[in-house]
This record gives sequence, C-alpha cells and structure tokens, in this order.
Amino acid sequence: MMTRLNLFLFTFTILSSHLLSASASDLILTKVDRRIDLSSQIVRTTTTLKVENTGSDIVSEILLSFPENHVNHLAHLTATLNEGRGKAKTSSGVGLPVEVVHPKGVPPKLTIYSVTLPKGLGKGDSLTLDVLAVFSHILKPFPEKITQADIQLLLFQESAYYISPYAVKVQSLTVKLPDARVESYTKLEDTKLQGSELKYGAYENLPPFSYLPIVIHFENNQPFAVAKELVREIEISHWGNVQITEHYNLVHGGAQSKGEFSRLDYQARPYVRGASAFRRLVAKLPPRAHSVYYRDEIGNISTSSLWGDSKKTELVIEPRYPIFGGWKTAFTIGYGLPLKDFLFGLDGKRFLNISFGSPINELVIDTLIVKVVLPEGSKDISASVPFPVKQRQETKFSHLDIAGRPVVVLEKNDAVPEHNEHFQVYYKFNCLSMLREPLMLISGFFFLFVASIVYMHADLSISKSSASYLAKIQWEEVQATVRQVHNIISRCLTTHDKLEASLHDLSRTGDVQACKATRKSVDSSLKELTKELKSPVAFLQSSPQAAQILPKVEEVIVKERDLQEKLMAKHSTVVDCYEKKLGGREIENRVALHHQKIAALRLEIDDIMDLIDEI
Amino acid sequence: MAVLTSSSPSPPSMAQDLLNSLPKTLKLKTKQQELLIRVTTLGLIYILAFITRLFSVLRYESMIHEFDPYFNYRTTLYLTENGFSEFWNWFDSESWYPLGRIIGGTLYPGLMLTAAALYKILHFLRFAVHIREVCVLTAPFFASNTTIVAYFFGKEIWDSGAGIVAAALIAICPGYISRSVAGSYDNEGVAIFALVLTFYLFVKAVNTGSLSWSLASAFGYFYMVSAWGGYVFIINLVPLYVLVLLVTGRYSLRLYVAYNCMYVLGMLLAMQIRFVGFQHVQSGEHMASMGVFFLLQVFFFLDWVRHLLGDAKKFQAFLRITVTAAVSVGAIALGVGMASGYISPWTGRFYSLLDPTYAKDHIPIIASVSEHQPTAWSSFMFDFHILLFLFPAGLYFCFKRLSDATIFIVMYGLTSMYFAGVMVRLILVATPAVCLISAIAVSATVKNLTRVVRAKSQTIQSGSGKGSSASKGSSKGVVDNSQPFQKNGAIVLLLGAFYMLSRYAIHCTWVTSEAYSSPSIVLAARGAHGQRVIFDDYREAYFWLRQNTPPDAKVMSWWDYGYQITAMGNRTVIVDNNTWNNTHIATVGRAMSSYEDEAYDIMRSLDVDYVLVVFGGVTGYSSDDINKFLWMVRIGGGVFPVIKEPDYLVNGEYRVDKGAAPKMLNCLMYKLSYYRFGELTTEYGKPPGFDRARGVEIGNKDIKLEYLEEAFTTQNWIVRIYKVKPPKNRW
Repeated sequence: MMTRLNLFLFTFTILSSHLLSASASDLILTKVDRRIDLSSQIVRTTTTLKVENTGSDIVSEILLSFPENHVNHLAHLTATLNEGRGKAKTSSGVGLPVEVVHPKGVPPKLTIYSVTLPKGLGKGDSLTLDVLAVFSHILKPFPEKITQADIQLLLFQESAYYISPYAVKVQSLTVKLPDARVESYTKLEDTKLQGSELKYGAYENLPPFSYLPIVIHFENNQPFAVAKELVREIEISHWGNVQITEHYNLVHGGAQSKGEFSRLDYQARPYVRGASAFRRLVAKLPPRAHSVYYRDEIGNISTSSLWGDSKKTELVIEPRYPIFGGWKTAFTIGYGLPLKDFLFGLDGKRFLNISFGSPINELVIDTLIVKVVLPEGSKDISASVPFPVKQRQETKFSHLDIAGRPVVVLEKNDAVPEHNEHFQVYYKFNCLSMLREPLMLISGFFFLFVASIVYMHADLSISKSSASYLAKIQWEEVQATVRQVHNIISRCLTTHDKLEASLHDLSRTGDVQACKATRKSVDSSLKELTKELKSPVAFLQSSPQAAQILPKVEEVIVKERDLQEKLMAKHSTVVDCYEKKLGGREIENRVALHHQKIAALRLEIDDIMDLIDEI
Repeated sequence: MAVLTSSSPSPPSMAQDLLNSLPKTLKLKTKQQELLIRVTTLGLIYILAFITRLFSVLRYESMIHEFDPYFNYRTTLYLTENGFSEFWNWFDSESWYPLGRIIGGTLYPGLMLTAAALYKILHFLRFAVHIREVCVLTAPFFASNTTIVAYFFGKEIWDSGAGIVAAALIAICPGYISRSVAGSYDNEGVAIFALVLTFYLFVKAVNTGSLSWSLASAFGYFYMVSAWGGYVFIINLVPLYVLVLLVTGRYSLRLYVAYNCMYVLGMLLAMQIRFVGFQHVQSGEHMASMGVFFLLQVFFFLDWVRHLLGDAKKFQAFLRITVTAAVSVGAIALGVGMASGYISPWTGRFYSLLDPTYAKDHIPIIASVSEHQPTAWSSFMFDFHILLFLFPAGLYFCFKRLSDATIFIVMYGLTSMYFAGVMVRLILVATPAVCLISAIAVSATVKNLTRVVRAKSQTIQSGSGKGSSASKGSSKGVVDNSQPFQKNGAIVLLLGAFYMLSRYAIHCTWVTSEAYSSPSIVLAARGAHGQRVIFDDYREAYFWLRQNTPPDAKVMSWWDYGYQITAMGNRTVIVDNNTWNNTHIATVGRAMSSYEDEAYDIMRSLDVDYVLVVFGGVTGYSSDDINKFLWMVRIGGGVFPVIKEPDYLVNGEYRVDKGAAPKMLNCLMYKLSYYRFGELTTEYGKPPGFDRARGVEIGNKDIKLEYLEEAFTTQNWIVRIYKVKPPKNRW
C-alpha cells in the first residue's frame, strides 16, 4: 500500500511543479469551501468559490480543473451562481454552461472545464459560484477481496489543496464519512476528525495548482449497487396509461467476496457476517403508480413490498439472494402511471414530461438506455434532454401493430441520481388513430362470424353431380318427407284425442247429437289427412334412400289406421249405448276390450313416432 | 239447435288448428334448439376445460412447472429464436457433459413445433405475446380441443348425447388434468389430444370405409408420433383391434381400407421423426402392426380366392396350404430378423409395462421415478372418482349394443386400464377411454330414465283424459298403479345420477386446485398464522448459478434437476432427466455415494466445478436428495460394483441419525447435505441438527469439507451449491 501511495504522490509532485503562466491569472479565489460527501458509493463534491477579478479585463469564463484520476469518474458537473449571499443556498438559478477546454500551459494530467458566466466579471467585481461534481466508481475497495465476515474498506484520494489555475486566498476542506470509523487518513498539521467529519484547513494564500495529496481509508457498508446496464422502456398509451418497464443488470461494485458463503453465519448475524452485502433496494416511484411487478428471466420474485401515499409510491425490492461483492443479479420492474400526470399538450403537439433516471436510490448506472415508445402513428418526434445523450430511433411491434410504434432511444453513460431530471419528448398524434386497434378487433370478429354464416349457408361441394352429393340431397328430401309424415300422423293423433274428448263430454252432458256432430267433423278431417299422407308415402316408396325408414313409416300408418277404426268402433258403441240408455256398467263392459287395444296401439304408435323423430 | 251444433265445433277446431300448428312450429324448432343447446354446451365445456386448468396461474404465476417442461421450454425458446433447421440439427453441449446430446434426434418435436406454430400464428395476428405464455397455456388449450374430439368420438361410438357427456367428463377429469394444467408444458399435453384424435379418426374410417378418414387418421398418428413416445400404444392397440374384428368375423372391406391406409401412410410419416426413424419397421414393439398388416392381405386374398373358386372343398384345401405357408413365412421372417439383429427385441421400458416387477429387478433408473410405480387403488379413486363405477356400467352398455366402434372403445378401455394399473402416469392414457365409456353409461341411463319419465307422463295425461268416470278406471287401474311407482323410481334415479355427477364435478375441482396445480418449483406452505409462506429456493439457487458462476461452469447434481439447471441456471450439467446414458448417471451416483476424496477424483475427471444438492432438513421438504439417495447408491452400484448397497444400510434400514452406517455418515451426499447443519437449531425444543424431513437428529454433526467449499445455500437451505476447489499445488 505504501508503495502505491508513494508512486501516486510522485506523479503529482511532478505535475504541480509545472505552473501555469496563463493570462487568466487575473482572477483570484478569495475563498474556497469544499465539502466531500463519502457517505455512499457516489462521491459528491460541493465547492463554493468566491471569485474576484483583480485584472483590468472583463472576464466571462472561469476555469475549473480536475486531476485525471477524478475526471475519469466524473459523472455529473454543474456550476451555479450563488446570488443569495446571506442565506447560502446550494443552487440558485439554473446551471451555467460548462465545457472542456484545452488552454496552453496546463499540466497534462489536469482537465480544465470552463464555466461561461452569464455576464462578464468586471474589474474588482466578485461573485460566488457553487460547483457540484459527482463521481462514480471513484472509491476503491482496499483490500480488493474480502471474506463474508470482513467489513468493506475503501480508499479515497484527494488533494488537501483545491487544485485551481487561480491563486487561492483562503480555503478549507470537509470530508463527510459514513461512519465514525476510519482505518487511516493522511494527517496534516491542521487536520481534525470530529465524529464522522474530517476537516482539512484552513489554508491561506496558495499559488495556482497547489497540490497536497491525501488518502482516506475508511469503512463503508452502504449498498454498492451498480447497474451495468439499465433499459427503461416508457410506453405511452393514449387510453390513459404510461407503462414503465425497467430492466436492471445489477452488480455489487464494492470489494469482491472470496471464500465460502455460509448461509448459517449469514442467517445468524446478517449484519456482521454479511455486512458488505446488500439485501434490499428502495425505489421511489411516482405517486399513483399501479400494477407494479417485479420479476426476472425465470419468473416472479415474491420478496417485495409496496406502499404509497399521495406524494410517492415506495417499492422495496429484495433480490433473490443477498448481493455480496462482485455478485450479480438481473431483474425487471414494471409499473403503470396515470397518463394525465405526465402527458401534456402544447400548440397542437403533445409532450411527455417524465424523469430520466432510475427510481432506485443511490444507484450508479454505467449505461442507461431510455426508450420512449410512442403510439403508432405519431409524427414529428423530437426529444429534449437537459444533458447530452446519444439519440436514435427504432420501431417496436406490440399488440395489433401494423406499422410499428416509433421509439425514441436515449443513451447515457455514467448516470447518477443527479440525472433524474425531467426530459421531454414532443410528438404529434391524431386522436382518431386510437380507435384503429379496437376497430381492427371488431372487424376481425365480424369477418369471422360472416365467414361462418357463409360457410353454414353456402354449398361448398365441388362436384354437383357426384353420387355422394346426390345421395346427400336425396337423403335431405327423405328426411323432410318423413318429417311431413310425422306431422300428419301427430295431427291424426290429436284428432283422435278430440274424439275421446267428445266421449268424455257425452258422459257428462249426455248430448248425443253434439257427439255425433263431432264425430262427423273428425271423420272428414281424418279423411283429408289420409289423403294428405298419400303423396309423401308415394315419394318415400319411390326413393331408394328411404328403404330403411319405409317399413317403420308404413307400420305407423297401418297402426294409425287400425287405431282409427278401433276408436270409431268404440265411439259408435258408446253412442249406441247412450241412445239405448244403457247403464254405466254395461257401457263399461262393452268398451273395455276396445279400450285396452286402443291404449296398446297408442303406446306402440308413440314409440314408433319417437323412433322416426330421432331420424 | 242446428245452428248451435254447426257453429260450436268451429271455434274449438280453430283452437285445435292453433294447437296443431303450435307443436308444428315448435317441432321444427326443437331440432334447431337442440343444435343450439348442443353447441352452447360444447362451447361452455370448451371454456370450462381451459379455465379449470388455470388454478396454478392464478395462485402462483404464469410459469413452467416440474422438470421435463423446462427442457421443452428451453428447446421451444431455441426453436423460436434460431429457426427450425437450427433446432433440428442442434447439438446441445450444455447437457451430458462431456458427451453432449443431439437434441433434434433424441426428442419428440411435436410439442415444441406446436407451441412455436401457435406463437407464430399469434404474432402473425399481431398479438405480441411472450413465448413463455404460449408454452404455459398450450396444455389447457389442447385439453379444450380434446373435449371437442371426445364429443365427436362419443357421437361416433354411441350418440351425440354420449358425446356431450364424454366431453364434459373429460374436461374436468383429474386423471387428465394432472398432466395438462397451465404450465405443465409436457408432451402429454398435446399427445392425449393426438391420441384421442387418431382413435376417433380411425374409428370413423372403420365405420365409413372412407379413404379420406383413414388418411386423416394416418396424419393424426403422425402428429401423435411426433409428440410422444406413447404412440407405441396406438400402433399396438389398432392392430390388436383389427385382429379381434377378424377373429370375431367382423372383417369387412371398410376395415381393410381403413387399416391399410392408416398403417402404411402412418408408418411412412412416423419414420420422418428422427427419434423414431427405422425403429418403426425394426423394433419388436412395432412388429404386431406389421404382422396384422400382412394378415389382412392374406385375409383379403383368401376372400378373393373363395369368391373365384366358389367351391367349399377346394377352398378348404387351399386355405390350409395358404395359412400354413403364411404362418411359416412369417415365423421364419421374424426369427431371421430377430437372430440377425435386424429386428431389435423389446426394450426394457416395454417389458416393464407388461411385467410390473421387471423394472425393479433390472432397470433401477426406471423404477426410481415415482410416476413409474404401480398404481395404488387410492389414486384410481382420486383420479377417476365415480367414473370408476360408471366404467363397468358403460362396458355393459357397449356389450349390449356391439358394433365395430364399441368394440374399439371396449378394447381401448380394457387395455389402457391394465396399463394404468402398471404405472401411475399411464392413468393419463386410460382417462379418455374411461371418460368415453362412462359417458355411454351416463348417457344411456339418463336417456332411458327420462324416456320412462316422459312416456308415463304422456299416458297419464291421456289416461286422465280418458278416465271419464271413476267406474271406468277399474280395468286400467292395475296398469296405472304401477306407473307412478316406476316414474318415481326413475325420478329418484335421475336425481341420484345428478347428485353423483355433481359430486364428481366438486371432487374434480377440489383435486385440481389442491393436488395438481402446484408448480413444484415454488413450494407453498401455511405459516403459523395461517398466511401463505412461499419457498422459492429452487429459483433462488438457479438464478444464483446463472448470475454468479462462470458461463462455462459444469454443475453436477442428481439427474432430476438437470433440465432445470440448464433451463433456469443456463449452466452445463453432467446428467439430466433425459436418462439416455445409464453409465453416466451411475458415475454421478457413485460420486455422491463415495467418500469425499474418491468423489473428488471422479468430479475432477468429469470437470465438475459446482455440485448442487437438494436438502429438505430445515423445511421438512421430503423429496430431497437424502431421500433419493438410496437410488443413487442402487444405480451407481448397478454399474460400479465398488458401491454396495448394504454398506449404507443398518439392519436393512436406511437411516441418517447416530445409528447410521459409517459409510453413510461420511459419503459425499451426506456431507454436502448436512454441512454445518449440526450448528443449526431447526425446531424449538429439539437439539441442533434436527432433520425435520426425517424427524431425527443427524448422526454426524462435525462435517469438514476438504475438497469442496460452500458456494451458496438458499434461504431455506433447500438447495445447497458447493464449489469444487482447484487441486492443491504440490509444491
């Protein structure tokens, strides 16, 4: 460890020996306050610069410098003018434009950023500038491999002096640590450790590019959740929903774990034997998020909880297993949001206004891809993002899409929570297009039903003269005829019932005349029916297809005729008896024989009729 | 008076006309009504069959169940991603390391092709579904289709009423549901559909003698062959049926056409499946069909000769010569084929079907699978419920009305019932037959009973019309008195049948929801306060493997988990559920049952990086590796005599506590299962190291591992993964 540090110091000593002889040294920094927050895996450096112009020229830009080992990890840099002097607001007003410049005479290991001021700084004027720099992956675990029982120690290198192309009058540095426990730190004369805060300074009157390396080696067991890749898909449905699907590819970016993983130890004392592991992540979703799910490639993950109020929805997700150093996991979370909270109209255009980054707390994202899926038929698409991103367009096919949905793809490397800013996607969309998909479904079903109706009614046989086709047609005719016969017979049977009914009336009223009249009418109607029967029977006899049914039909006709005769005989017997005024018992005796036969015949006919009916 | 008499009949006659015409219009409508009711009922049955299988999706999630379905899912995924020809020529190096497996030549592709086709169709119709959802819902979809086929089958063998009942019975029969719930993405899911379809088409072909139906049945057979190894049942049952028809003198030209077309075309088509290939003409299991094919030709020839000769005596002589010649030629051909090895003998699996004890003695790997055990009575009751009693009744009805079709269903029912008794999983094959035959019983009984009820009510109506006077009733009183009794009896029986059928429906739903809808990947239990506790340890472990091991890591586990590790863990396995190489499995069994240092050599020789064991001691999960261990010893010992089963037993007893055999206490499987378990208190009031699955305190609490180290153990200890350490430096 010592050799490494020595090497490090060596390079920077060389570096700082080159002094900048630029013209910009008219500016001096009267006061520099630096606060470095090491409490999570993301390092945030807040620097308050008090700049004074001592030269005669108006200066319109201020240079910031960062050493190479920091620049490589710089994820986010903003500079804001601090105008409210009394109350030290961290960010007043919008960020100033910042860009990389390459002025001459700068030590090669330094990268210079230039902050363009909204208006030039005149002679003798001064201003206060807040600079926020966010670094990811800058904390190096040391040792690099630890066992389950070890705590995670990290190394952070910085300069005790603010590295600046300008001379600095007064400066101080405060480092905030996650814990009071510090393994070691570079002790300089005015270094103080107060609780979990480490203070360096104040130092006074230092020339440009002053450099004094310090190293802090401290414990940090915060989750080192690093998303190697995060794909956020934001799909807009004009039916009232914004569906967000986030595919995470997560790794524990801290010290690699080595040796055994013992569940027993972890289970017994999870915060000692597994201190460096993280077991849960918290995602703050927008309010009114619904239909939340959490799954991975092989299925749903049941360990998650959700609660929400009117301001936010909080989703706590637990990966399938605790994530130790170097362990990976991958999962997908998805949720729906009400459309009206995020989609607005502007001059005939619509725009989506939604946050860019991941909802998960303190997550470092190496590659963040945001895909905004617009409804099919959207036009004039443009996106505006507050920081530089790679943009391209794709097409996605979802349910019932024909041309595909336009997708705006935004890609950003090294994203940190500071990138959770709102961005806008503008597009034009005709509301009538919304109805296209339901109409497609409706017409699909409509055609299906029409086709089945056509199929049921159309004659689709190829050859109209083939034997089987003719046979089929003949068979249908035979069936129709049989049905006709069946009808006639059943009508005969109801006529028979009429006759019986008249006998019944007779026994009640004794009106012989009425009874006779009924009989006459029944007689005639039966004759008509018999006539009607002739043509269908003739047809059945002639048709070869009917050969199987014919005997049954003929049988039923014969039986019916028999029954008819029997009924007539019975009827006339009863009527005779009444005319002769015979006693009830006498009638009974005479009719009994008929009666049995009639009942038997009736049953037989019913049976045959049932049989015919089934054909 | 005259006016009165003449006018009075006219209004009644008008009324009569109306009454006449009303039934007429109703009569016309009843056919349509009947059609409407039938179609609606079938539609409802179709939907019912689908939704009753969705318990697992609702209760858990849309996921693939069990073991084999994971392989099917993985291959389907590969098929949809890489196309058919890649799939067909796929050499899978992720399984059976270092041998690999030729996937295209060793699987029945029907299921995967079906699912991929459904997926393609849905995407063509612009439904952007995931292939997993298609796979999960394939089995319920085909179960629904099976109900429709069952309807037509029932209609073909009995009548449309029996068809409807058959469709309703099969829709919810637990015997079928057990293999076709959503997520049970296995060959059987589509195979039962194919099986019933083939049988239906064949019966239809026999009934009609139509070439087109038998062609259709050949294609049904082709689909069946492509889907499941159970096609052997078809290719043996159909010739047996033909033989029975020949023997009972029911030979007809219809049968000749149906069988020949179906056999020849079906055979040619079946040979296109690489896994079957020339087996179809070479293996002993398929010989019966070929024999019957030739027999039919002889029959036809004899028939023709008899027709030509027209002389009984000459024909008798000719018959004798021909039959002797044919039989001897056949016997010689078979003998030569067997002797030369051209015709392979019956496989062990086939033998074990005919003789249930065969597997136990000769093929432990078949006997080790729980679904290959002989069926217990209780599971018949569980899977068939009242169908078990209706089945013989249906057989009675079939025998009462013998036809070609009913003979078929009787034979199908009896043979499949036998096989269902031999192996638990073959209950599935018997289910359609049992449902159809029971449907005949139900339909015929209900029909007869309703006829009784209806006929009597008619005569009673007419009787009351006739019963003009009390004195008249004396003669027919005798008839009338028995009628209400019969009618009541019929009504009681009908109500009884209704009650039985509703009990059946309740039972089926209960069984489906309680027993057959668990995915077995995710285990659920009731917690202390009645809440549902989910053990998702399998997926936890597989996902850990997938994410945190090198992509080329080789995982050794007992073969049960092979498919899941490759599908969910995406890692290479040594053995998997396709138990084609017994020696390889025995090697793994040997490693598991050896001491650690011996096992280390075996694992080194197999390039093993990780060892995965399943352990239920903490949760009380009983189907873990310690309980399967006896089979590992047995299978390992079957190939490597070094492993002796008695070494692991104490007085013929298998135990893990202090009284266990020393070899047991120190073998690899024991060590891996119980590593550091001795320090864990599993149950209140019990000593540490109390194994809840077996209810004993373990015998060896101080387990040290020298060549392996614990890499991962899941939350509930169900899956434990160990890393094989690299060999120590000698210097």
